[in-house]
Amino acid sequence: MFLYQKMLQFPVQVESTNPALAQLILEQFGGADGELAASMRYLTQRYYMPLPEAKALLTDIGTEELNHWEMIATIVWKLVEHAPIEKIKASPYVAHFVDHGRNPFPHNAAGVPFTATYFNAKSDPVADLHENMAAEQKARATYEHLLQVSNDHGVNQTLSFLREREVVHFQRFGEMLDRVQDYMYSKRRCY
Amino acid sequence: MTTRYNADFEKMMALQFAIVELNLFLDTHPDDEQALQDYNRLVEQFESERRKYTEKHGPLVNFGFGKSRFPWQWINAPWPWDM
Repeated sequence: MFLYQKMLQFPVQVESTNPALAQLILEQFGGADGELAASMRYLTQRYYMPLPEAKALLTDIGTEELNHWEMIATIVWKLVEHAPIEKIKASPYVAHFVDHGRNPFPHNAAGVPFTATYFNAKSDPVADLHENMAAEQKARATYEHLLQVSNDHGVNQTLSFLREREVVHFQRFGEMLDRVQDYMYSKRRCY
Repeated sequence: MTTRYNADFEKMMALQFAIVELNLFLDTHPDDEQALQDYNRLVEQFESERRKYTEKHGPLVNFGFGKSRFPWQWINAPWPWDM
């Protein structure tokens, strides 16, 4: 069972309303390398993992990613909650607004809706752990792109924190890949 | 804007973050005794902060991980995105 804790992992504070920036940050809410894809990828891949520590790591990182998904939603919400309609009309967020109002919705910065084709579970631990390591690097790159286009100091603090988490997850998945490969070799199965 | 961010809440967030970090580390280093000791020490501190929070504001976690006073405190604002 999943439990809900009324607490973000890192505080989210924005300097000013900014619907244009909100539209860009939705990339990490519903984009190919965003937090929702990350969480669903890891929680979906757990079942056939050969090692208990791999099941644990996918459960734990998948759960942490759901909190990151909520942090991204919180940034977007705070950027638009009190934004005047004239500011929304003058920004690319207006296309989101006509369908979803001020509530966040999982699509990417260009408005393409989220799809499960953004991730996979192959029943092959080596293939999946490699996908996860690539996904963490792509998410890091996306955060770096967002940091280049955002001038909001509060938003940037949260984005920098989330960027660092991608680096840590990449490291942990790399260590798990080593453990899984050692296990495979000990079973005399070559990959 | 309503807020529950204060020194106590931020201490709890910091403890939780350190615990997440140690938890992930232990998943790939289950035999690291020093990390395990750190984990257990921080969990004890986090539990005590969470108890203090729950006495004041009601449950931090749903489905049985904290008692509520009357009336039902779980529904109380602010939710994390409104803090």
